[in-house]
Amino acid sequence: MTHRVTVGGHVHVFADLKQLMAKATPLRSGDMLAGIAAASMEENMAAKIALADLPLRTFLSEALVPYEEDEVTRLILDTHDAAAFSPIASLTVGEFRDWLCSERATPEVLAAIAPGVTPEMAAAVSKLMRNQDLILVARKCRVVTRFRDTIGLPGTMAVRLQPNHPTDDAAGILASTIDGLLYGCGDAVIGINPASDSLPVLGDLVRLLDELIRRFEIPTQSCVLTHVTSAIALIGQGAPVDLVFQSVAGTQKANESFGISLSVLREGLEAGRSLKRGTVGDNVMYFETGQGSALSADAHHGVDQQTLEARAYAVCRPFEPLLVNTVVGFIGPEYLYDGKQIIRAGLEDHFCGKLMGVPLGCDVCYTNHAEADQDDMDTLLTLLGTAGVNFVMGVPGADDVMLNYQSTSFHDQLYIREVLGLRRAPEFEAWLRRMDITDEAGRLSSGRGGQALLAAMQGKAA
Amino acid sequence: MLPPDERWAALTRLTPARIALGRAGASLPTREVLRFGLAHAQARDAVHIPFRPEEVAADLAALALETVQVESAAPSRDLYLRRPDLGRRLSPEGQAVLAARRGAFDFAFVVADGLSSTAVQQNAAPLIAAMLPFLKQQDLKLAPVVIASQARVALGDEAAEALGARLVAVLIGERPGLSSPDSLGAYLTFAPRRGLSDAMRNCVSNIRPGGLTFEHAAFKLAWLARQALRRALTGVDLKDESELALVSGEGASRLPIASK
Repeated sequence: MTHRVTVGGHVHVFADLKQLMAKATPLRSGDMLAGIAAASMEENMAAKIALADLPLRTFLSEALVPYEEDEVTRLILDTHDAAAFSPIASLTVGEFRDWLCSERATPEVLAAIAPGVTPEMAAAVSKLMRNQDLILVARKCRVVTRFRDTIGLPGTMAVRLQPNHPTDDAAGILASTIDGLLYGCGDAVIGINPASDSLPVLGDLVRLLDELIRRFEIPTQSCVLTHVTSAIALIGQGAPVDLVFQSVAGTQKANESFGISLSVLREGLEAGRSLKRGTVGDNVMYFETGQGSALSADAHHGVDQQTLEARAYAVCRPFEPLLVNTVVGFIGPEYLYDGKQIIRAGLEDHFCGKLMGVPLGCDVCYTNHAEADQDDMDTLLTLLGTAGVNFVMGVPGADDVMLNYQSTSFHDQLYIREVLGLRRAPEFEAWLRRMDITDEAGRLSSGRGGQALLAAMQGKAA
Repeated sequence: MLPPDERWAALTRLTPARIALGRAGASLPTREVLRFGLAHAQARDAVHIPFRPEEVAADLAALALETVQVESAAPSRDLYLRRPDLGRRLSPEGQAVLAARRGAFDFAFVVADGLSSTAVQQNAAPLIAAMLPFLKQQDLKLAPVVIASQARVALGDEAAEALGARLVAVLIGERPGLSSPDSLGAYLTFAPRRGLSDAMRNCVSNIRPGGLTFEHAAFKLAWLARQALRRALTGVDLKDESELALVSGEGASRLPIASK
């Protein structure tokens, strides 16, 4: 269907829904690279104005990526919850924004409609929202998940401890892990990006973290971020796998470039759950996403990267993940050019995921060829902390020596806790208190905390 | 047993990661803020300080190598960063220059600035110097060394195809990390031609004095080059087993001293 709007004496015509969505998106380099961005600022506003008048239900009858070609589209439409959708069924996209910002959209109401919100609806309304709207509404959306601790409770923020090492050296990984624990990090997961993809190496890393977690009875979970099929193989070999990881994207073709399908993810979920290693819940999946991944796999179907990112959350949703992490600035400046684009994308991703009922966290990050620096990360971290992000990364000194990019540090999470009064997952917080790493207020204790952890490394560092 | 603070500090020996940094309240101590800031500045400079191809050409002339300088289709650093597709193609002038030098070559070097001019400026010529004895040993006919500005890896395919080379090694500045702004990558591609995917290449990365040494990298690349020419392929089907050769002594006797 053609969309037409007159602004400033010009008639703007949009050939179809995906073109309207792309042109309404805040400017970013990835959409320019794909050749689908608005050609002028007026065209960008004209598209937003046209989009505001579009009934939400249009997205249930007009697929942006063809239903016949794409299992993600089929998943979205075939599992849409019409009853959950009914309170917002009569709204336009613009009216949906007003409704979301209003007092009527309470946390309970938002949780109830989440299964009725498709990724395209979430993406569409986000395109009409300013950063403050994305923060205001996301803050009202609560998504709580559990494995060995409880993540996403109001007033809390968890941290993935990311102890990567360029050669997967066990002592090096343990050193960074203990450093992070001594700063009170690790309640989301202790998660290693391995340099190797060999199963014996991966198995050793899984056992390394399992032994640490068992020895100190840490109420958290481990993950070695490798391909889902490797995790399934490790589980088959009897490795103590807590979380099953996979990178996912918003189209079937992009997921094929990752070597996965929905059925492979289902196998991963079943394998993970079969071990019954969770103590307070069975959310066993950990997904990572990021705007631009479909374009980089030449699998974007002419759809803008922000909408495709929201579709990746639809891929995650049925697998009841513990953690979904948008790795927002990792992909590079050809997709998100500078700090402004990265900050906006981080807020959009968090909002869309939470509105859809998905437990979004964010790797607040950038590469050295992007026009961004640590000041931009401070800004995004502060905004996401305010928006109620479920978790962020904890990387030693913000410098990942394996992946060569900058994220948020152990110190950064201390900063945001102090400024916003954010607590850790309650089970993990109680453990830190028992270990005398933190005091009653959740601050690092001044004295002898964590001596037992350091003693565990004594022989290795000698 | 060490006191806790020293025990914590002792962990730094185990990893290059920034651990045991201390704190000022919840924040980083000034010393660490400045150390990080300097590393970031160096990484940014590696991306943005203009590449000086004439200096690389002079270094290579000192090795008695012929060179040809070309540019990609990306006219500026800004466009290079936004449009990876332009960095993968030669400019029309570059195409003409290389077509004029066409011959029957076994091996072509393409030195490309990539994302770190620092890496290429400092490390490309020493790596080539370390590789020359190996290539001589294999009796390979070398094409003139292409020095390409605003270039990505795949530009090497078009360049080597234009020159008529059977095998190309693209030496390129890698995306700079904070602790490795000078990291050089080497991509080896058999039967280079436009349109190949990265699955058709073998990569040796982190080549720099503080990472994989020139001598070690040269040995790996020479091993891969020999296998590539013998088996007529590169990519996922050619596994890097050069370490086995090194351990078994195949390498030790053949490891030449890098000549300047």
